[in-house]
Amino acid sequence: MSGIELRAMLEVVLAGGFCGALGFWVLSERLAYGAESLSHGLLPGLVLAGLAGAPLLVGAAGGAVAAAALIALAVRDPRAGPDTGTAVAVTGLVGLGSLLALAPDAPQRLEELLFGDPLGATDTDLVAAAVLLAAGGAALASLHRPLVATSFDAAGAGALGLRPALVRLALLAMLAAAIAVAVQGLGALLVLAVLVAPPVAVRRHVRTPAATMLAGAVVAALAGVLGIQLSSLAGTAAGASVALVLCAAAAAGAALPARA
Amino acid sequence: MSERAVFAQDLAVGYGGPPVLREVSFAVAAGQTVCVLGPNGGGKTTLFRALLGELEPADGTVSVSGRPAYVAQTERTRLDFPVSAFDVALMGTLARGRWWLPPRPDDRAAARRALGRVGLADQAEVPFGELSGGQRQRALLARALVQDARVLLLDEPLSGVDPASAGLIDSVFADLRGEGRALLVSSHDVESARGFDLVLCLHRRQVAFGPPGEVLHRATLEATYGRELIVLDEAGPARAVTVQHHEHGPHEER
Repeated sequence: MSGIELRAMLEVVLAGGFCGALGFWVLSERLAYGAESLSHGLLPGLVLAGLAGAPLLVGAAGGAVAAAALIALAVRDPRAGPDTGTAVAVTGLVGLGSLLALAPDAPQRLEELLFGDPLGATDTDLVAAAVLLAAGGAALASLHRPLVATSFDAAGAGALGLRPALVRLALLAMLAAAIAVAVQGLGALLVLAVLVAPPVAVRRHVRTPAATMLAGAVVAALAGVLGIQLSSLAGTAAGASVALVLCAAAAAGAALPARA
Repeated sequence: MSERAVFAQDLAVGYGGPPVLREVSFAVAAGQTVCVLGPNGGGKTTLFRALLGELEPADGTVSVSGRPAYVAQTERTRLDFPVSAFDVALMGTLARGRWWLPPRPDDRAAARRALGRVGLADQAEVPFGELSGGQRQRALLARALVQDARVLLLDEPLSGVDPASAGLIDSVFADLRGEGRALLVSSHDVESARGFDLVLCLHRRQVAFGPPGEVLHRATLEATYGRELIVLDEAGPARAVTVQHHEHGPHEER
């Protein structure tokens, strides 16, 4: 196995480990559509970072903030409704990102930004993924009890002295950070797989939120390793291979009999 | 009067617009139980939200002894969320602060004691969504008990509850009263209000407040419920039931 493949595995294990755990809350708080919108909407930020020669992480973070602001603005139009407003805003952002990426001066190929390239993980990418796992994991652990109480019964959580709106804001911040880091490995289109597929794979087989998060992290890391191996053997695109293994795990987990 | 637990004076509360509940003035002492009667949209939940500090008074004042515990209707909880009865009771310890740390052994002991008080010791590890309606209500009551609050607000705790659970909940109410805690219980059941120390009738404003014998009369109940009131015994003082018209509008259950 080459050094490039080892770095790719490390990237998907570190970023996937956090995303697989966070995915429980994405599903629980019904944020899958929001996560998809955010990951697609940050494409212009990625392209602009490529054009400016800046790290893609910076572009992803800036793109996520800009996309979130535009989506927040679009959903305020009562005539269209939130879903339509989000769809229009995201489609516009993907169109803008594609336009920029297809410009003659664009150094980054569009398919790399859309579908990711874990084999191209740099030292900065690995450090970012490690920081995400460490800091994000600590945040998830310290917010675990407020998240459980808020997700179970928001009104009751408020009466316990918690602030459900702040708890949800913290969750959204973690989601944005996870997407900004993981999008470099899996691209704007496939990053959703690492957030949604792991909890789908495990949720019928474990009982508690903590166990679902832990199992989701393990599934995401294993799927990452298997996907890179598969791409090496079959000569397929690494990011897409990881995404397909993740989705296969989700399908298998959903098909297996639930724990009694 | 002994120690005052809840006090409201000329209280008016709204959701940013005109007040949806106004002219509310009452006082509850420690150890007293209050039945809050009113139709859907009459202001029961709005009053509770004001007492919890979630809504600022548009006018008047309100004060509560300490942070009140709140028992929501079970319909407002997530039945598909993977928590056990014990986990729900343990949530009550979040009111002690330290939310960023795992629960301590004494937190766990408090949750187990509370489950024992509501008769759920043997169902501690059962997922909340698999409990019966009455057992779920008791698990939420256990969460409130763990909070160890001086004032408890309970939103229709006996609605749709099996007789065994209703009996257990009633006996816990009696214990709490004996411990000097104040209970405000919203209800649609006019007849059950007779068992409380005080009755507060709301219909977008305070219609009446006082002992059941002074409040539960036909004129008061008609002013409270309007066309939702059916008087079963014309000769009696107020043998009445209410028919609820559940409307799922944006301000349902206010």
